[in-house]
Amino acid sequence: MSSTNESSMSGVLIDDATLTIVELANACSVEYTWVVQHVEDGLLERTDHAVSKAISPADAAEWRFASAALIRARRLANIERTFDANAEVAALVVDLLEELASLKQLRFAEQNP
Amino acid sequence: MEFRDYYQILGVGKTADADEIKKAFRRLARKYHPDVSKEPDAAARMTELNEANAVLSDPEKRAAYDRIGSGHHAGQDFQPPPDWNAGNEYSGDGMSAAEAARFSEFFSSMFGDAARGGSTHSGGRRTRNAGARQVRGEDHHAKVMIDLADAYTGATRTINLRAARLDESGHVVADERTLNVNIPKGLKEGQHIRLAGQGSPGFGGGPAGDLFLEISFAADARYRIDGRDVTTIMPLTPWEAALGAAIDMPTPSGTVQVKVPSGSQAGRKLRLKGRGIPGETPGDLYLEISVVLPPADTEAARAVYEKMAREVPFNPRETANTAKGEQL
Repeated sequence: MSSTNESSMSGVLIDDATLTIVELANACSVEYTWVVQHVEDGLLERTDHAVSKAISPADAAEWRFASAALIRARRLANIERTFDANAEVAALVVDLLEELASLKQLRFAEQNP
Repeated sequence: MEFRDYYQILGVGKTADADEIKKAFRRLARKYHPDVSKEPDAAARMTELNEANAVLSDPEKRAAYDRIGSGHHAGQDFQPPPDWNAGNEYSGDGMSAAEAARFSEFFSSMFGDAARGGSTHSGGRRTRNAGARQVRGEDHHAKVMIDLADAYTGATRTINLRAARLDESGHVVADERTLNVNIPKGLKEGQHIRLAGQGSPGFGGGPAGDLFLEISFAADARYRIDGRDVTTIMPLTPWEAALGAAIDMPTPSGTVQVKVPSGSQAGRKLRLKGRGIPGETPGDLYLEISVVLPPADTEAARAVYEKMAREVPFNPRETANTAKGEQL
């Protein structure tokens, strides 16, 4: 079955509006506590650091996340789930994937002057 | 509907134990992981692997599959007998409806009810509507490729999506749908647009999930993009670079006139402030100078080069070595 929505839709641009911890958890199909743990362990970055450095995990409802955190959190969750991977190992894999992506971009630019 | 041989998909025998299945799944998941795989059909193979693993790694589903599937082989026409599932019990396995929606029709018809989202199950098959609690629908994700020019001006893109829905019998089925989405100007690579309520419908009156569109720029050899800053090569003739010139330069936001200072060397960059991707803090456009020599393929061109060779004392090797202070 297919349907077509003829009129155009406009959405919210993430980064202009950031994600709350619940929204991030929903978007990655993970539990709220998964996000808290990954932030506490330094594997995921919040964007609200500058605003209030002192926020404790108990106040995690105040945390905000940007687009880059969403991409990273989905990759982490996916690798942990697929390979039963430990969070630090999954983070290492994601760090390497991010590094690889930037190197590929550089190589593409160099090969296409 | 075609029968799916999950053992064949994972490359294991029918007697494989849980450990063998886990190992086979992980080995193939590494091979076909969309982030690293070079196989063209990696995403489709990954979905197939997840589907096979969802069934074979779950003792309840595997037992049901073995019972109904014995005697069938991959690709063979297959219809499950009515009420075949009546005696089976499933506990929730945490599989999301969005994930299950990407699985095959075969999977949906066999395990549709069980795949409806683990959190709504608490042992035993749940009767539809009986004791249903409100559950928010699953969020969906899709990647949208745009051109750099779209980030400068904004655009409307048509995207095709498959979305999960429950049919009358409670099975998860996938609907194809098309959305026209406004892409606002000023987008960066990796940024998301969230369309509220465009994910999976909720259960038991719960709200629908959202649809997240991840923005990705189509590869364009002319531009290198870093956040909102854009770098492009500006080819110059030797005389434009040496003497300076006012030239017309095509950029993603149209042609601009650029004043090239005299004595410009290849590799130097000119910055056009605020000419990168627009935004609250717009990016800059960097023009990297590249000096292109005209070919010496005519009498006149050769004469000019020969005149320069005679009259302009210049040895770039000496200059380069002196500047860097090193001998190779």
